[in-house]
Amino acid sequence: MISLLTDNTMLAALIALVGLGTLFGGLLGYAAERFKVGSDPIVQQLDDLLPQTQCGQCGFPGCRPYAQSIADGDAINKCPPGGQSTINAIANLLDISAPSLDEEHGEEEMRTIAYIREDECIGCTKCIQACPVDAILGAAKLMHTVIAAECTGCDLCVEPCPVDCIDMLPIVKNIDQWQWPAPPNPLDLIATTASAMQEDAA
Amino acid sequence: MRRIWDAPGGVHPPDNKAQSLTSSIGQLPLPEKLILPLTQHVGAAAKVCVSVGEKVLKGQKLASASASISAAIHAPSSGWITAIEERAVAHPSGMSAPCIEITCDGEDRWIECMGYPDYKQATPPQLRNLIADAGVAGLGGAGFPSAAKLERGTHMPVDTLIINATECEPYITADDILIRERADQIIQGIDIISHLLGTPKTILIGIENNKPEAIAALNHHCQGSGIEVVSFPTKYPSGGEKQLIYILTGKEIPSGHLPADLGIVCLNSSTVFAIKRAVIDGEPLISRITTLAGEACDINRNYEILIGTPVSHLLAQNAFHPELCSRLIMGGPMMGFSLTSSDVPLVKSSTCILAPSHTEIPDDDPVQACIRCGLCAEACPASLLPQQLYWYARADDHERLQAHNLFDCIECGACSYVCPSNIPLVQHYRSSKADIVNARTAKATAAVARERFEFRQVRLEMADTVREAKREARRIVTEKAKITSPTTTQPSGSSAADIIKAAQLRGTARQASPEQQRAKLERTLMAAEMRLKEAQQRLLQATNNASVDQQAQQLASVEAAKRKVEQATQRLTEVSH
Amino acid sequence: MAFKQVSSPHGHARQSTGQIMQLVLLATLPGLLVLSYQFGWGLLINILIATTAAISAEALILKLRNRPIEFYLRDYSAVVTAVLLGLALPPLAPWWLVVVATAFSIIIAKQLYGGLGSNPFNPAMVGYVVALISFPIEMTTWVTPVSLLAADVSHPGLLESLAIVFAGNSPVDGVTGATPLDLFKHSDGLLVEQIYQNNSLFSRASFAGVGWEWANMAFLIGGLALLKARIFTWHGPIAMLGTLALMSMLFWDGGSSDSPGSPVMHLFSGASMLGAFFIVTDPVSSTVSNRGRLIYGALIGLLVYVIRAWGSYPDAVAFAVLLGNFAAPFIDNYTVPRTYGHSKSRRATDKEKSE
Repeated sequence: MISLLTDNTMLAALIALVGLGTLFGGLLGYAAERFKVGSDPIVQQLDDLLPQTQCGQCGFPGCRPYAQSIADGDAINKCPPGGQSTINAIANLLDISAPSLDEEHGEEEMRTIAYIREDECIGCTKCIQACPVDAILGAAKLMHTVIAAECTGCDLCVEPCPVDCIDMLPIVKNIDQWQWPAPPNPLDLIATTASAMQEDAA
Repeated sequence: MRRIWDAPGGVHPPDNKAQSLTSSIGQLPLPEKLILPLTQHVGAAAKVCVSVGEKVLKGQKLASASASISAAIHAPSSGWITAIEERAVAHPSGMSAPCIEITCDGEDRWIECMGYPDYKQATPPQLRNLIADAGVAGLGGAGFPSAAKLERGTHMPVDTLIINATECEPYITADDILIRERADQIIQGIDIISHLLGTPKTILIGIENNKPEAIAALNHHCQGSGIEVVSFPTKYPSGGEKQLIYILTGKEIPSGHLPADLGIVCLNSSTVFAIKRAVIDGEPLISRITTLAGEACDINRNYEILIGTPVSHLLAQNAFHPELCSRLIMGGPMMGFSLTSSDVPLVKSSTCILAPSHTEIPDDDPVQACIRCGLCAEACPASLLPQQLYWYARADDHERLQAHNLFDCIECGACSYVCPSNIPLVQHYRSSKADIVNARTAKATAAVARERFEFRQVRLEMADTVREAKREARRIVTEKAKITSPTTTQPSGSSAADIIKAAQLRGTARQASPEQQRAKLERTLMAAEMRLKEAQQRLLQATNNASVDQQAQQLASVEAAKRKVEQATQRLTEVSH
Repeated sequence: MAFKQVSSPHGHARQSTGQIMQLVLLATLPGLLVLSYQFGWGLLINILIATTAAISAEALILKLRNRPIEFYLRDYSAVVTAVLLGLALPPLAPWWLVVVATAFSIIIAKQLYGGLGSNPFNPAMVGYVVALISFPIEMTTWVTPVSLLAADVSHPGLLESLAIVFAGNSPVDGVTGATPLDLFKHSDGLLVEQIYQNNSLFSRASFAGVGWEWANMAFLIGGLALLKARIFTWHGPIAMLGTLALMSMLFWDGGSSDSPGSPVMHLFSGASMLGAFFIVTDPVSSTVSNRGRLIYGALIGLLVYVIRAWGSYPDAVAFAVLLGNFAAPFIDNYTVPRTYGHSKSRRATDKEKSE
């Protein structure tokens, strides 16, 4: 046996490689099972990152279906309300490079909230049926109003309104919500000074 | 001699305190108008209790505390309320907030004051109410309502009372001069607080050693009183509450806790003075000592100003040259914020107005690259790694920022001060902190939205099943009817009379045949039982993984289905008999 | 009247990055003087060539990157890299060697990573290692110290040196020779005492090795001055020198024929002091916390000794520093200092407890 191996180096090498392969493959397989990290299913994790506006701008009826679709390999840049930060977070989770927002599905805009001009409301309940998060209060032939704290700004109530009495208004920042803006990136700053200096020279 | 601990980090900026100490505390002429923001303190805005056009006397309450952490506001002088509206206030944003405007009548007539010179007879809650009623909030810059601070002190026995007379910010001398001139009243204030807190074992006054006159004044008045005056080497930011407590006691306040959790109460010396006035003289907090400093004003001096005095009034009285002024700062150069306009009022926490010239505080040089020199880490009093925080802030890496304890940053500015590359580190941290808080809120709202969305889905589904079941039941009825009474089938294109006739026929048929009735009831019972089964199944699912609300709803639908089954059974038995 | 909106703090300490770099340059002066005295004009010529090359390379890249050239050149970082490289390269090395090493340092190791502050490796050491690996013969030819020159030989004068550097003239015999670390590397089978007796580099030395001991002493003095000026903390250099001393004590082996040399010899030979105070302390590529610097310095000290004693290169500071640079982010991960109000320090990768 030994002599057979020493005589046929080709065979010996083959056996050694196959043997090592089997051994380490087995070890790795065992380790993968034994030390498995229990974590939320990927759909859940993706859903957690989505903004939950349930606006359907991605083409899916709600955030969870889109999360499911991403898990099945769909593009991650179809969520305008989440914007670039959501895309980045998902890219980070899936360990892929972050694309920019797909403009087909809309642009990243300032967060807005629906307001019903209550004088004009005829009480048709169409917006109530359209609201994905039950944030509109009212009954048939009675005035409706939006619970501002629950409104996700999804825009879905605007279209069905027969009298166009719903406005999407940007959230007004008051003094308590004010924050220092991040200082400009020094490199950008320098680049602009550079071009400014070049302009001066020209 | 008491042991002094050396706090880590710190910087030694030029203290620039001599300029404003050349003369004693001054008084300003009464301004034409006083503007009193409803939020001059940490916590909820005060609630207005006067109306426009009302005549008010000096010291009259204008707005009362609206929550446990809030502070009342009083009229600093007599006059008329001429407006209650949004005005530009002293805030880094330069934005407006609700304010009360008083047009002074020039008489400066006091409301009747009820002092309590015999405070030893009062109970702690009574004293606390007096302090709360007087609207006393921390005068050292933060503006935390003092009554709330002393309230926290009662949850756990307080064994150490620390009076913060450190005043480590350059330029500011308000506490210094107050101690020099009115040390006796400060000591009285300490006695009141000590009585209120149940006589703590240790009472310390912490003061930096660059104020020898103030230390002498305190020592003179403290002899034999059990109050210890502790002076320690000057280093910014020794006056931070956490830093001062460490310097004097060697204890660190655990992250996310308050000094009261360690049995320590720490108050600013000016606040103590205000408490003395509130309790013994019955005067609410309507004035404070504010330092005016900087080369853009010809006169640098401390003033006892009325709260609500516009900054422009203070500047105008001191030969201010706007063209010389590089920026206008409320507070000290290290932690103060820039004012975009001088038309804002001075508030309870305004320690200083600094109007530096361009040579004193020049415009910032352009930012250079961070070379991670580590000077910032050496200067950080919280032992953070500012340079790492900076890189992570630029990368918006919230996870790493929190792992590096960004929220333990006290924004003292020592890191930016020493940075050789002029990086505005503190601004980066402020912006990142706000971003992280916003992200947390967004996440919480998203979770609520998701729950509501999912609940709605379940509700719609349930409505669908109910409708489906009804439709199914109707279909079976019609089919049965078709089978049992084929003769009633209507010829197409029949007249209205025919239809009515047919309906009548159907009606009589239904009434006529008890078998048919029973058959129908049996079908109803079957459908009801099916619904009950479905509802029970859903309930089972809901118990496993849905929210409490959903479970309750499912439970209700099971009950309804059960009732339906019961009704059907009952009627069936009736018909059978 | 409107005023500027600026975030606090208002005002800065008056020390800029450029000034820090200038101080570092100033601190290399004693070392430069001693080295020049010992080894002739070669080093000064090195530094001049390197500085010119560094500034040109930096300016070229800044131009290509559309950045203001003057603003960035004023931070003096290119000059510091050039001077450190000039001090490390052998005197009388051909001009192209210096230019290649410097250009590589500035262009590849620094600017391609994003310029000052973004380079993971010490640029000067990258340049040095590239030159050492590519041109081993030129890089290991050192000049004999002045006091060991034969009576009839002297260091080439300024013009002669320039001719050697630029025209490729060969220096006179006896002007070049081995360094103390070379000697130890190539003296197998001899007791330390024998090496010391046989070779004038040691037999005529005051305590470590002729020429090198005083140069290292001068760098030590320059380094201590920087320490005094609080340009860096003591942790990195002390950890490195301490580990180097400790290792050489552990393996001193009583001066047997296997001994890699005495602690004093190791501390005062080669680039020990230059490395400890001017390379290990390079903030950009080192660790960020004091605890991290202790580990980082110790790692470099250990590697210096390991490579000197058992590797194939006589000196090892450059390799050790680059390996240390590799490890720095990893060390940073585990050496975040304990923050005020926290009972223990956290790791950089810790996750926030979910609320």
